[in-house]
Amino acid sequence: MAQKLPHMDVAIVGLGWTGSILAQELTDAGLNVVAVERGPWRDTAQFPPNYAQDELRYRIRHELFLRPEQMTFTFRNKMDETALPIRTWGAFMPPNGVGGGGMHWNAETWRFLPSDFVLRTHLLKRYGAKFLPADMTIQDWGVTYEELEPHYDRFEYLCGTCGTAGNVQGKIQDGGNPFEGPRSRPYPNPPQEQPFAHTLFAEGARKLGYKPFPQPSGNMSRPYTNPLGVRLGPCTYCGFCEWFACANYSKASPQTTILPVLVRKPNFRARDNSEVTRINLDPTGTRATGVTFVDTEGKEWEQPADLVILSAYTIFNVQLLLHSGIGTPYDPRSNQGVIGRNLTHQTISDVIGFFDKAKYRFNPFIASGSIGMCIDEFNGDNFDHGPHGFVGGGYMGNVQTNGRPIETTPVPPGTPKWGAKWKQAVRDNYQCTIKPGTGVHGSMYSYRDVYMDLDPTYRDRFGRRLARMTIDFHDNELKQNAFLTDRFAEIFKAMGAQQIQKEYRKGPYDITKYQTTHLCGGAIMGDNPRTSALNRYLQSWDVPNLFVMGATAFPQNAGYNPTGTVAALAYWSADAIRKLYLKNPGPLVHA
Amino acid sequence: MTGFSRRELLSGAAALVLGEKLVAAEVIGGKLPFPAGSAPLPGAVNPAGWRFFTPAEVASIEAIVDRIIPPDPQTPGGKEAGCATFIDRQLAGGYGHRQGLYILGPFQDGNKQQGPQSEQDPAQQYRAALAAIDQHSRSHDTAAKTGRAFAELNSEEQDAILKGIEEGSVELEGLDGKKFFENLITDVQQGFFADPLYGGNRNMCAWKMIGFPGARYDYRDWVSRHNEPYPHPPVSIQGRPEWNPKS
Repeated sequence: MAQKLPHMDVAIVGLGWTGSILAQELTDAGLNVVAVERGPWRDTAQFPPNYAQDELRYRIRHELFLRPEQMTFTFRNKMDETALPIRTWGAFMPPNGVGGGGMHWNAETWRFLPSDFVLRTHLLKRYGAKFLPADMTIQDWGVTYEELEPHYDRFEYLCGTCGTAGNVQGKIQDGGNPFEGPRSRPYPNPPQEQPFAHTLFAEGARKLGYKPFPQPSGNMSRPYTNPLGVRLGPCTYCGFCEWFACANYSKASPQTTILPVLVRKPNFRARDNSEVTRINLDPTGTRATGVTFVDTEGKEWEQPADLVILSAYTIFNVQLLLHSGIGTPYDPRSNQGVIGRNLTHQTISDVIGFFDKAKYRFNPFIASGSIGMCIDEFNGDNFDHGPHGFVGGGYMGNVQTNGRPIETTPVPPGTPKWGAKWKQAVRDNYQCTIKPGTGVHGSMYSYRDVYMDLDPTYRDRFGRRLARMTIDFHDNELKQNAFLTDRFAEIFKAMGAQQIQKEYRKGPYDITKYQTTHLCGGAIMGDNPRTSALNRYLQSWDVPNLFVMGATAFPQNAGYNPTGTVAALAYWSADAIRKLYLKNPGPLVHA
Repeated sequence: MTGFSRRELLSGAAALVLGEKLVAAEVIGGKLPFPAGSAPLPGAVNPAGWRFFTPAEVASIEAIVDRIIPPDPQTPGGKEAGCATFIDRQLAGGYGHRQGLYILGPFQDGNKQQGPQSEQDPAQQYRAALAAIDQHSRSHDTAAKTGRAFAELNSEEQDAILKGIEEGSVELEGLDGKKFFENLITDVQQGFFADPLYGGNRNMCAWKMIGFPGARYDYRDWVSRHNEPYPHPPVSIQGRPEWNPKS
């Protein structure tokens, strides 16, 4: 029997980026807010620079991440296969604890293209319906770039994002990304200085006529005080960023931008080590009454609330909706239902360049999480897809984040995997090789047979059915990747690489190979409750006092890292709650 | 809509205090809980003795790690670098027993892209594999009258068996040899390159081999010095031997 806690105005599920943003905005509106977080409280100062640099502990053994024994998923490629549990993480890394993924991300802070938000309309207009695969289920978002621009701006100034603007109020700027949508003002901070290999990539790209620009980054190029008065310090290029926590306060995280202010407010509380197991509904099923959670001793608690914000990691949001019986589960056979629909990930590949060891010394260990020079000529619809027979694209660049030796000791193709030749090749190539890691950062569009539902066999520690992912690459994405990877390799040739190894993304989708943690979709936003779970304000069509944050709402994934867009949507939604919903609680859009 | 008292909320959490340690749902508010430097530092491995391997297994694994990473004039091999000690401590610890991983059944074989689905944990796999390697070595030994254990073979003979396991032509009784071998070389190479804290990479020998400066953290003075050798020696989480003179 759950013990009932005092009523609150707002219950937030998960205290990562979006939970922190919503808590900050809704406490500012005078509401009493409690955030319930599955993992422990964490401050980045817990991981000081004298022992944070531990590749085995954090990168290999995943210490900061969710443990699969606590929660995992089952996975299969095709609907007629048996899904099996993900026993250890591989293709993506679900976060855990206060700060969520914002604690151990690289801090790449991109905006999506204006055309990304009206993707279906845009592509149909330019290429016609026959150009798209029949089973592709891409949609418009129901919100436009112009509507999100002030919210992107807010997040970038919160984080102190470092970069070179490419388009300020419609005016193209030298040195920035000329393809980006117009921004109201430049980035708050200049880009970081680029190491040798990243500079060399930019030179190679320029030789081929491209316009390279620094990757927008939440690793500070200089000290920064954000609009909340929270201060960040300059990044020291330690090369232990993604998978690690930054005690240097140099990486934008909820801990380094919002939480020091939020936690001091009298109308905010957080509960850590508490896993929400259900969103409770009233007997009509159309109103949330709060959440039920379980603490680490297995004790069950009920937190009543007027408004519920679901802000866990993408696929946990979907799982909780399914377990709570909110919305109609998606059925790929009938193409009906919305919860679990349009699951997407990313289409990542890489090119490794081996250079003359007598001439090049890259010191690959000097890097930050979102260091890098990129080009955007092949992203979204920035190029004519007509001759190529696919849609979508991605940015590409030398975004090498580290020279950590367990992960980053590349050897030329054909080298044995062990023995004296392997050892010599490691010695010869460490200093003169460029391995960007996620060099080609491609989109993944949505399909009728890529989705989530509940697994019939496997259970979690509470006996609940695990969520099941059915996901595979489709020809469109594989064609896209082959085209982009070849273009990327041409730049390495222009840079003077002696030997080039192309690591195309090939099917089938493999749960053991890390791509990114950018899973998207499953409870998408849109303008029609038959094809979306959320309206344009991230409000549930079925339960209007429930708002669902995160990349869960993306109808399909674009060729960028998602956090900037995730945060812009969170501010957009918070703005709608404050300006519209609180005045007149109920559906903000009438279908 | 007023605030609420901390006492009121803490009364719920108070029930969760076990002894003096908060072990469960904590209520946080009013100020940052600020445990600077509180991520526990893993204890450094004491290189003496063995925690997992039996004496016979020690002979085998030391021979194996020295073939995966052979010694050469500039850099020690896997044995001298401590890779066997590294694997021993990892198998005796959380890794060996899949601590934190999802280990509920049913166990069934899937396709490669569904990831590891073995019912055996790494500790059980090493135990079975090292026994099977010795058994193979003894039963296929044509050069000696009484079959020699793997550790007693010469390097070429050892390499031939390891290559056979890697390619699948040598089968190991009771487990998937090819999969085991993939994990084995991963573990050996991780021991070679991980911080010396964990028992391998003794004297930071692997880091010196490639020029990785280790747990240093401030390269601001070096980021714009393109194509210049970084001059400073590596540092581990425990510092440098010169900083910690043995008494």
